[in-house]
Amino acid sequence: MEVTLTHFLIVSTLLFSLGIYGIVTRKNAIMVLMGIELILNASNINFIAFSRFGNFGLQGQLFALFVIVLAAAEAAIALAIVLNVYKTFVNVNVDEIDELRD
Amino acid sequence: MNVYDLIFYLFAALTLLSAFFVVTTRNIVRAAFFLLFTFFGVAGIYVLLGADFVAIVQLIVYVGGILILLIFGVMITNKITSVDIKAGTIQTLPAAIGVGLFTGIIGAVILNTDWFIANSEMPESTLSTLGKMLLNEYVLVFELLGILLLVALIGAASMARK
Amino acid sequence: MSESFLINISVIVLFLPLLGFVVTLLLGKKIPKIFFFEVFVLFAGLVLSAILLFGKLTYFADTKIVSEFKWIDMGNVPVFGSINIYLGMLIDDISALMIVVVYIVSFLVHFFSIDYMKGDIRYNRYFAYLGLFTFSMSGIVLTHNMLMMYIFWELVGISSYLLIGFWYEKKSASDAGKKAFIVNRIGDLGMLAGLLILFITYNTFSFEQIFGEIAKGNLPFNSEFWLTVTGVLIFCGAIGKSAQFPLHVWLPDAMEGPTPVSALIHAATMVAAGVYLVVRVFGILTADAMLVIAAIGALSAFIPATIALTQNDIKRVLAYSTVSQLGYMIMALGVGAYKFAFFHLVTHAFFKACLFLGSGSVIHAMHHEQDIRNMGGLRKKMPITYATFLLSSIAISGIPLTSGFLSKDGILSGTFAFASLTGHWLFPFVGFLVALMTAFYMFRLVILTFHGEPRDQHKYDHAHESKFAMAMPLVVLSVLSLFFWYTPNPMSPDAGWFYSKWIKNPVIYTPENARWDFMKSDEAAISESSEQHDIMYSETYTKALHHAHWPAVILSELLAICGILLAFTMYQWKKISADKLTERFKPLYNFSLNKWYFDELYHKTFVAGTLGLSWLVAWFDRVIVDGIVDGSATVTKAVSTFTGRFDNIVVDGLVNFMAYLSAFIGLFFRRFQTGKVQTYIIMVIFSIVILLFLFKSF
Repeated sequence: MEVTLTHFLIVSTLLFSLGIYGIVTRKNAIMVLMGIELILNASNINFIAFSRFGNFGLQGQLFALFVIVLAAAEAAIALAIVLNVYKTFVNVNVDEIDELRD
Repeated sequence: MNVYDLIFYLFAALTLLSAFFVVTTRNIVRAAFFLLFTFFGVAGIYVLLGADFVAIVQLIVYVGGILILLIFGVMITNKITSVDIKAGTIQTLPAAIGVGLFTGIIGAVILNTDWFIANSEMPESTLSTLGKMLLNEYVLVFELLGILLLVALIGAASMARK
Repeated sequence: MSESFLINISVIVLFLPLLGFVVTLLLGKKIPKIFFFEVFVLFAGLVLSAILLFGKLTYFADTKIVSEFKWIDMGNVPVFGSINIYLGMLIDDISALMIVVVYIVSFLVHFFSIDYMKGDIRYNRYFAYLGLFTFSMSGIVLTHNMLMMYIFWELVGISSYLLIGFWYEKKSASDAGKKAFIVNRIGDLGMLAGLLILFITYNTFSFEQIFGEIAKGNLPFNSEFWLTVTGVLIFCGAIGKSAQFPLHVWLPDAMEGPTPVSALIHAATMVAAGVYLVVRVFGILTADAMLVIAAIGALSAFIPATIALTQNDIKRVLAYSTVSQLGYMIMALGVGAYKFAFFHLVTHAFFKACLFLGSGSVIHAMHHEQDIRNMGGLRKKMPITYATFLLSSIAISGIPLTSGFLSKDGILSGTFAFASLTGHWLFPFVGFLVALMTAFYMFRLVILTFHGEPRDQHKYDHAHESKFAMAMPLVVLSVLSLFFWYTPNPMSPDAGWFYSKWIKNPVIYTPENARWDFMKSDEAAISESSEQHDIMYSETYTKALHHAHWPAVILSELLAICGILLAFTMYQWKKISADKLTERFKPLYNFSLNKWYFDELYHKTFVAGTLGLSWLVAWFDRVIVDGIVDGSATVTKAVSTFTGRFDNIVVDGLVNFMAYLSAFIGLFFRRFQTGKVQTYIIMVIFSIVILLFLFKSF
């Protein structure tokens, strides 16, 4: 079976689902961040795949680059937040941080 | 099944398997290492899609930057000396069911869609084209992203210092 | 000397006293000597107004100087069209003369007050109020439009109120202030109505423009009747301010104020404002309106004169005399003797101010004794006051060589001529009768106060002649009552500069058929004159006036001398016993002594009527309105009992049910609200799955 767009999309879907699974099930905030990175990579695969098989030039790749930049910024901010959370709650377990409920 | 397809499956398997381990393993350092492999596999897929520059950037930024950052986060927030650098999981069953259903329906959508495929030829090197685009049509976005990154880093530094 | 120079001077003259008022009022408590500033300001104003009069009469003898600026631009008003309201100054012969009269009297009164009010606790405030009054009066005199005149008219009213009630610790004084204010308000209402009629007809308040429109034949509501009504309504303002019958009751009570104030406001200037108003609008009065004015004037001349015969309070006699003299002026205007009315206004201002200040001097010397029955013999103690008082009394009685003779005689011959032309002989009759009574009561006052033996020895012993500050104004004012200021011929004003040069014949704007016959334009005069409405007095009137002159002079002199002799025989030589005369005419005497029972009449009718009406309204309120309120309360109570039950059972039941229901639902959904982000994400994923399933395209 020749590899076409569908294959790449399936791969990206699976990667996305795994990312969401990671986000949802992990207790540690850093692990949640890793899930988010997975999701971003899945979206990047989509961008580049459509760029490859569509007829609109290299804009898809360009957007993938932008997403990478955003991911870098997001990682920096998120880690800063995690550090603050750690200072406040002494741990970084997301499931125990439920102040929002009250 | 030619070489291209073979390489694709190889990389896809590498990516998905290591991603699976990332989200399932209980050791956080090990998860970080599996994440490294995931990024590597994704970079390979980029190369297969003709995006050489993006693949290189993926390796440099993700592997060289973000991953190191994450590991530093791990080391700061867990007592590195203790053996128990682990993180438990919660509500795995509803998550598995939900994600499974989600994957299934998205996959069904993808398979049932008649995708338009315009250009199946491999493009030449993308570097010069991307550079021209970045400094012509997308120069504003480029500059804005630069500012965003700067602001984000300054913000992160000031938040972390408190 | 240009027009703009005169306008600038007039503006300075107008606002100087306001400056004095503000400065004196604000600094009055800090600087005890600040009243000198007010007096100085008045002196400066006097000098400037004299320059104004000189410039006007020398360089602009035949022109009116008008300067105006737009105050309010109302734009295009529906129904009326474009409306702009202008403010401005008008300098013509009468306003220039009047402003000088105002300033002379005002300055002298200020000067007089320095001594008279010495030791008063609100000394500086008194001067501040005088400044406010002078400002308002100047405004009335110098304005070129009716709106500004009305504003200053009310300002004069308020300053009069403040000054009458200046010693407000005395109940009678504060009551008199209120009475003056309220009675004036009745007249002002009429004036307001009149000027609003003019405004809605012509869209302007300016005298010149209104006159111009009327000259063109545009009348209010296109009818001469409404022009008459407008004239009479505006005259209502004069009735109030000049204390004419039937609103004259406030002026005698206003004598509760300090005596210099009575001299300034209630003798010389403010009460003359009414006459001045009629002089201003003289050109638009129809024959009917003039008849009304003449009748009111005659009544106002006659009734107070009879009351003045028997009063024992020195200031009240003078007050009634003032009303009577103002009635003279109004009557003169009503019969068309325009020039003589204004002439009398000027001369009266001087000698009546002198009389009041003289009475103030007497009262001051007698330690606030005002009853002439307790005076007598003051001639020897107060020679200056006596001399000036006597001179002014001669002037008001109309004896030759005085200004009063000239103007009063002019009015009498004016009524005489009017009667000979129209047949209204009652006016000259009343005029001569009043002349007789005036001479009598004035000399009764002089004799009882200054002649004879002192009747209160103790007070007499302490009496003393006033000092310079009080004597000087008396001398100046009495000298101003002599004839040579106005004319070189003491028997006739015709040759005089005042009568023939300074005051012009009025210009009449009313339609020809709404005038008296004798006021219609001469054919010859029209053809000679370029302006149609310039000349108004016909040949016949001039002739009639000429014929009336000598009979009027002789008759009035005879009557005046009779009056004086009668006063002397009764009070000086005691040939006729005043007490016996009183006994014989007891009802008449009481009628006069009690001021024709006007106050009682008003009390019985208007005040009692108002009280009765308010009692009726109170009864209505208590019985019917309260009944309705109580009844509705009962009904409301019953209804509310019922609704209360309904509320308790049905509504509360529903509410409680809803509360339980929501509590139940809340308890159920509470479980989903964990506060954990990851739980929410799972829910989101399930929702997305469901949505995708619902919208899937295959």
